[in-house]
Amino acid sequence: MDINFIILKFVYAAIVVSVIMGLCSYAVLAERKISSWIQGRVGPNRTSLPLIGSIPVLGPFLTRLGVFQPIPDGLKFLFKEDVVPGHVNKFYFIMAPVISLVPALTTVVVVPFGRIVTDAGEVVPLVLANVNVGLLFLFAISSLSVYGIVLAGWSSNSKYPFLGGIRASAQMISYELAMGVSILPILMWVNNPGLEGTMNLFDIAQAQNGFWFAMWMPLSAIIFLVCLFAETNRLPFDMAESETELVSGFHTEYSSFKFGLFFVGEYAHMVIGSCVFTLLFLGGWNPLPFVTIDMLGWGAGYIGAALSVAIFLGKMCGLMFFFMWVRWTLPRFRYDQVMKLGWKILLPLSIANLIAYVFIIYYLDTSL
Amino acid sequence: MSIVIKRKPLNFLEKIYLPEIARGLATTFRRLWGKPVTLEYPEQRPTIPEGYRGVPTLVKDPEGREKCVSCQLCEFVCPPKAIRIKPGAISEDSEFAHVEKGPQEFDIDMLRCIYCGLCQEVCPEEAIWLQNDYSLSGYSRSEMVNDKEKLYELGGTLPDLHFKWKKKQEAAAKGSGH
Amino acid sequence: MTDIFFYIFSILALACAFGVVFSRNTVNGAMCLIGTFMSMAALFVLLEAYFLAVVQVLVYAGAVMVLFLFIIMLLDVKESAARKTSIYTWAASLIGFGIMVIGVVAINSAESIKTKTANLPVAEGVNLKNFGYELFTTYLLPMQVTGFLLLISMVGVIALSKKTNTQ
Repeated sequence: MDINFIILKFVYAAIVVSVIMGLCSYAVLAERKISSWIQGRVGPNRTSLPLIGSIPVLGPFLTRLGVFQPIPDGLKFLFKEDVVPGHVNKFYFIMAPVISLVPALTTVVVVPFGRIVTDAGEVVPLVLANVNVGLLFLFAISSLSVYGIVLAGWSSNSKYPFLGGIRASAQMISYELAMGVSILPILMWVNNPGLEGTMNLFDIAQAQNGFWFAMWMPLSAIIFLVCLFAETNRLPFDMAESETELVSGFHTEYSSFKFGLFFVGEYAHMVIGSCVFTLLFLGGWNPLPFVTIDMLGWGAGYIGAALSVAIFLGKMCGLMFFFMWVRWTLPRFRYDQVMKLGWKILLPLSIANLIAYVFIIYYLDTSL
Repeated sequence: MSIVIKRKPLNFLEKIYLPEIARGLATTFRRLWGKPVTLEYPEQRPTIPEGYRGVPTLVKDPEGREKCVSCQLCEFVCPPKAIRIKPGAISEDSEFAHVEKGPQEFDIDMLRCIYCGLCQEVCPEEAIWLQNDYSLSGYSRSEMVNDKEKLYELGGTLPDLHFKWKKKQEAAAKGSGH
Repeated sequence: MTDIFFYIFSILALACAFGVVFSRNTVNGAMCLIGTFMSMAALFVLLEAYFLAVVQVLVYAGAVMVLFLFIIMLLDVKESAARKTSIYTWAASLIGFGIMVIGVVAINSAESIKTKTANLPVAEGVNLKNFGYELFTTYLLPMQVTGFLLLISMVGVIALSKKTNTQ
């Protein structure tokens, strides 16, 4: 482990994290734009940059599209007055936003975002850490992010954040179960007998050269997607926030940059969640079911790598759009409905799904 | 008396939510391509309907005479007491000396005004009008008090069908006591 | 490199463990316990038991402690500032300390640890498939017993918390 290797990894990590942060800030813009389009509005269309904004046709077009909006949004989070109310537990109050953002950014390390064919003809993932237990690692770390919300709710020492924190913790634990069980059929299928056992996201994505898992495990996909909505605290499951009931839930007492961290954390979770769903169910970087980049003949070298990253990011952005689309379509569930859905419907359903696929996969393995 | 409306029991497809969610998504997806229904305000202005009650203003008649005779009825009727009038005599050498009185100072505090329109309704001279302006802003409280000059600037001239004071002057010239 | 990490995480684990024992604030204690679990997971990683490390974080830090925190918050336990230590607490602490001393002495006097063997045992848990296979064949009975214990505790909780109808 020489020093160059470590520095190289640091640089890669910095690049990936900054890309994720950029995606987050533009996800915020996309959210605002999509919400306004769905509601028959125009959305952010004023912010302009001095030089680029004055290019004849392109400048006004980009301004209307709100492309520069993330810059003032970010600056606003930085420079607004940071109010720390007197009644909070200062240590946890300041730590909570950090705790909610760090797991989201940590999970990035095991998410492969493309593949490259080396000179030796080997297919290698573009990933920061190619861990064998990648999927479990991802679940483990992302399960820590609930502490951010819980601690924020508790340390704020006021009732609405507290209720938000309590709700969030109960909800996240409930949906983690169904989420975990729903992906077991995939792991069973990927680890067919005779092969080395793996929970690597790259191997799972590579196993979808034929059918995508969303196609022949649709129930798993739906359960996973619903749980993903719940885990990322997005509408219709934004119990922790639910601004019509709890002011704005766990981050009621937060302002300025601390609120900004929560905000970015939510979108980072969404980005990672979309990545994982793409890898698990939507075939990763395979352009179409039964069609891989290699079959099209563009798989070699850097072009193939770039293409795989582009396809992967395209699918991920489509999923992000779906997240936002759902948010501006569905109303929030009532809290008891959320619990009922999690424990009485999704969990039994995912277990039934698992048992069904045990038999199906056993049949396929033995008779074919 | 209360009426109980029985809710229709959900059928199976409605119970599993998903088709209904898909229907909702289809609706919002169609709306995604619709034209925006909003106005982009400073560039696009809404059309002001007839009888709109905007900022109260003072008006002059087509001959350029200020219509207000400072009877102070509006000051009296104004619910939030936004109007302050200091009456004064019209000078002898003025063309309209026969009207005798006009406002020396006329202030409407737009921070207090509630746009109720009672001043317009009560005015016997039809001198105060709530017109089409609706957008007011300023950096200080004193800026938001419209004085007489500002009020006439905002109000401009409105057509007059009767020329009441002119008729009075003519009648007086013919010796009619009126 | 590994040694440095080992010392960092051992110290962290110990510090957090002391935090659990000595902190008056229950939330502080819970957070320290999470810290201990995380450091333990890091130590597992250093032992190349990745699966165990991840499961440690997933189950203990990610699920069990969330429930702990949940309960602490719901009960809203005030800081127990000047609680008198009962004789039972003293007795339990003394016994615990005694067991620890015996353990340390036993480990120090054990010959097999002092004489480091050249061929270290293969860590079966590294390979996921082996791990699963061993769990469901060689170690099936312990696993079943553990599961049964959990079941007992679950039934016990339900039985205790259920309001009995005395009529």
